[in-house]
Amino acid sequence: MEYNAGKYDVAVIGAGHAGIEAALASARLGCKTVIFSINLDCVGNMPCNPSIGGTAKGHLVRELDALGGEMGKAADKTFLQSRMLNKGKGPAVHSLRVQSDRRAYQMLMKHTIELQTNLDLKQAEVTEIRTNENNKVTGIVTHLGAVYLVDAVIIASGTYLDGKIHIGEVSYNGGPDGMFAANSLSKNLKALGLELMRFKTGTPARVNKKSIDFSKLEIQYGDKEIIPFSFETDIPTENKVVCHIAYTNSETHRVIKENLHRSPLYSGKISGVGPRYCPSIEDKVVRFADKERHQLFIEPMGMETEEMYLQGMSSSLPEDVQLAFLRTIKGFENIEIMRAAYAIEYDCINPFELKPTLETKKIQGLYGAGQFNGTSGYEEAAAQGLVAGINAALKIKDKAPMILDRSNSYIGTLIDDLVTKGTHEPYRMMTSRSEYRLILRQDNADERLTPTGYSIGLISQERYDKFLMKLTQISDERKRIESISIAPSQTINDILILKGSTPLTTGIKLSELLKRPEIDYDSLDAVDEERPSLPFAVKEQVEIQIKYEGYIKRQLAQVSEMKRLENKIIPDNIDYITVIGLRLEARDKLNKIKPINIGQASRISGVNPADISVLLIYLSVLSKKNNK
Amino acid sequence: MFNNTIAAISTPMAAGGIGIVRISGNNAYKIADKIFIAKSKKSVMNLRPYTAAYGQVFDDGDILDECIALVFKAPKSYTGEDVVELSCHGGLYIMQKVLQAAIKSGAALAQPGEFTKRAFLNGKMDLTEAESVMDIINARSKAASNAALSQHDGALYKNIILIRENLIKISSDISAWVDFPEDDIPTLDLPVLKQEIKESYNSVTNYVENFEKGRIIREGVQTVIAGKPNVGKSTLMNIITGAQTSIVTDIPGTTRDVIDDVVHMGDFILKISDTAGFCHTQDIIEKIGVQRAMSKLEYADLVLAVFDGSRSLDEDDIEIIELIKDKSTIAIINKSDLPTQIDIEKINLAFDSIVSISAAFNSGIDELEQKIKEKLKINDCNFADGMIANQRQLECAIKAKFALQSTLEAINQGITLDAISVMLEEAISALLELTGEKASDEILNKVFERFCIGK
Repeated sequence: MEYNAGKYDVAVIGAGHAGIEAALASARLGCKTVIFSINLDCVGNMPCNPSIGGTAKGHLVRELDALGGEMGKAADKTFLQSRMLNKGKGPAVHSLRVQSDRRAYQMLMKHTIELQTNLDLKQAEVTEIRTNENNKVTGIVTHLGAVYLVDAVIIASGTYLDGKIHIGEVSYNGGPDGMFAANSLSKNLKALGLELMRFKTGTPARVNKKSIDFSKLEIQYGDKEIIPFSFETDIPTENKVVCHIAYTNSETHRVIKENLHRSPLYSGKISGVGPRYCPSIEDKVVRFADKERHQLFIEPMGMETEEMYLQGMSSSLPEDVQLAFLRTIKGFENIEIMRAAYAIEYDCINPFELKPTLETKKIQGLYGAGQFNGTSGYEEAAAQGLVAGINAALKIKDKAPMILDRSNSYIGTLIDDLVTKGTHEPYRMMTSRSEYRLILRQDNADERLTPTGYSIGLISQERYDKFLMKLTQISDERKRIESISIAPSQTINDILILKGSTPLTTGIKLSELLKRPEIDYDSLDAVDEERPSLPFAVKEQVEIQIKYEGYIKRQLAQVSEMKRLENKIIPDNIDYITVIGLRLEARDKLNKIKPINIGQASRISGVNPADISVLLIYLSVLSKKNNK
Repeated sequence: MFNNTIAAISTPMAAGGIGIVRISGNNAYKIADKIFIAKSKKSVMNLRPYTAAYGQVFDDGDILDECIALVFKAPKSYTGEDVVELSCHGGLYIMQKVLQAAIKSGAALAQPGEFTKRAFLNGKMDLTEAESVMDIINARSKAASNAALSQHDGALYKNIILIRENLIKISSDISAWVDFPEDDIPTLDLPVLKQEIKESYNSVTNYVENFEKGRIIREGVQTVIAGKPNVGKSTLMNIITGAQTSIVTDIPGTTRDVIDDVVHMGDFILKISDTAGFCHTQDIIEKIGVQRAMSKLEYADLVLAVFDGSRSLDEDDIEIIELIKDKSTIAIINKSDLPTQIDIEKINLAFDSIVSISAAFNSGIDELEQKIKEKLKINDCNFADGMIANQRQLECAIKAKFALQSTLEAINQGITLDAISVMLEEAISALLELTGEKASDEILNKVFERFCIGK
């Protein structure tokens, strides 16, 4: 039996990291929004590691925050330990990573959703998406027969779609963390003509803290000075826990090798494609057989629990084997597993089905975000959720979509990679994926994106004014430093010698001194008499902008070259089969991907520079015809 | 409309009275100013549009040729952009040099049909014309892909891939180190990386430098035989032609460089110009001959200076020695069968490469061939590694070379890894472009292949 459950502008399926950002953005932009979760106790869950950030992922969180997303703020409020990774490797690859109190994070997110105006949170499994004859979304149906009329649907189904758990010889239908799987929606999506893929991921065992002998393990401390994720967070914070490091040994590897035949991966029971950067321990032992030991991290799951997460030990071996190999590890002799490691297979969409707005090409008003789009990771999910939520709302309000590009963000890079190149494994963001990473730093995410967040309406006037003031401070201080000359003196030369730098013999601009890699802003304090007192974030920008000026200019030149192509828009109704001069492969690829501009077209594999020339001329001919 | 400024030789790639290098785009005037100096000393920027200026065209301060610069102002030009056309007296070699100078000064090499494409896109052409351009581009891309296919088996292709693989490996080292800081990955050994990058840099630099030698091998050695009358130039010719496998005369060359003979000698071709005019003269006609000879000398890859061994050096000989002292020269001592009268000390002092020939015994040819190879350093460049075949490939190789140079400089200065890795990737994508491929996930694939990574 069906019943009419009401009308919403936007429905979000799934309340994980993607769904939360999508729903909050949509509601905050004034759309009446409903968000569904199969179980309200798993809103904002971290079914894998209890941490947020990491290389490139930290960048995503800061960008999300700069646009007005929620993840950064929640992570700041609930973190247990914070570290800035990659210090010393250059500002472009500094990445923030925190250990989170998983349950506290979940509760905070759930409460934030509950308090949000325009937003309703409901427990239900969505089984069907309804469309009209124009292939436009009209409504959704839940397993209890509730029919909601909606203008837009955002699917953020994580690993729930036809989820299947594998632990050794045991396998069953199920979602993450003991939840039910969503078993109906896949069939509906296929019927709508969408191409689905089957991916796989896995997670390690959770163990009880009291069963670990920490005296045998290495300790990993957090940073002394903590930098928050959110540009809005200004309260001082501190670390509450430490993590530990342990190592596997030849005995561990022996146990694993002897039981490989019991792994669903090696017996061929799993058909889904897993991520290469997240191999199971049995994968590592087989593929890197000459490695004597593998490192693992022991991370607390929260303050109110003794559960510990074993980063590096994901596995789909049977539970008894898991216990056996864990107990071979020094410090784990008496370890007790609380939740066994498992592999999970799930359905996701082929991202070639998506536009850069994350709307599907075939069904108007249907959007995807997160693992559903073929990615992996909470941060990747949240970033897409925000983009999908914003674009769903903008479309309903009849406004131009927000499309981020490779030159302004990792978020833009992630989405461009997905929709232009597709993916054969769960896609994870990495700094090396961005060719413009010297300008896409985590420290300048606000400069890159906050104006966009403000103009869309997710950044408050107060925050925007503060941001503008920061920009003024940065540019004033830069100008000041570039105009001051330092004469050779005992003071400056003592500083320089101490830093291993060449002493001065003639006067030099302060900015030139700062360009030396071994010299930092603070070390010049003694010779810079008129230096104003400035916040860390301002000093940091001044220093990076001056120090890396040459390299930044180089990247900006590359960006303007790329923009030239990005500014050539391709109408979305071109049938490439009819474009004379294109090679066959290029026609097929272009028809499938339907790039929105020449820049995107040029990144498609199988489209060569001659095809691009043909396309350019075709477009000009077309626009001339249209003008006549 | 277009960001970059392009340049190409826009007259047919064959002999002709005048050749034109066309530069088109926003920076056309700026680039022309870097390589052209008008006799009036007016900069191109300040020339009135649609006027011609007489002057000289330069490469790194060396005069390449006399030249007429024609200046067009956007939108009233062939392409609809600012255009400068440099008309030189021709000679393909000179035109190539002028083009290279323009590219060094910031122009990009125009793709086939690109001037026409721009003309169309800027509204200078109608539809039917444009459609024919499309056909041309299509035809060219087919030709280009055929060419690319045949290159796949070539030594250049294989070696560029080797260099690139090496750089990708280094890049994946950095990438793994940066993207997986918490994994158990060996610490980067910067001095080792630097050494490896240096090796790649050297290889790429070799390709760039060998391009010139490659041209000599492909197109022939511009050779000038110098010497006063009756020293034995004809003897030299006879010895060379006696050993040759074929003589081709009346080959289309260039207006100024009339090639008298094209001779195969071993692995290479000599394009010999006989310049019978290197002597003191008051005769007006002969003076013109001397001037022509001088200009030939200027562009010669090789000078064979012939002296009569049976006579002592006179004033004319000394003057010739003086004239060619900066050229790549081999001294030829003729009549080695007669008693030596020539001041061999002086010859030794002036030339580092000397060959004795004798018409009577038809001797000296093997030695000459060997000396030519030595002189042009053809011996020490290993063409088994393949050669850069065209201007486009050269442009990519130069791009890669500069990126690697910047990478090495950055490492030396202690710049952080993030900047180093970005420049390294610039070099990799230039090398990908060279072999006609596209940047992809090569580095990440390498990371996953080589390192045990992941949570």
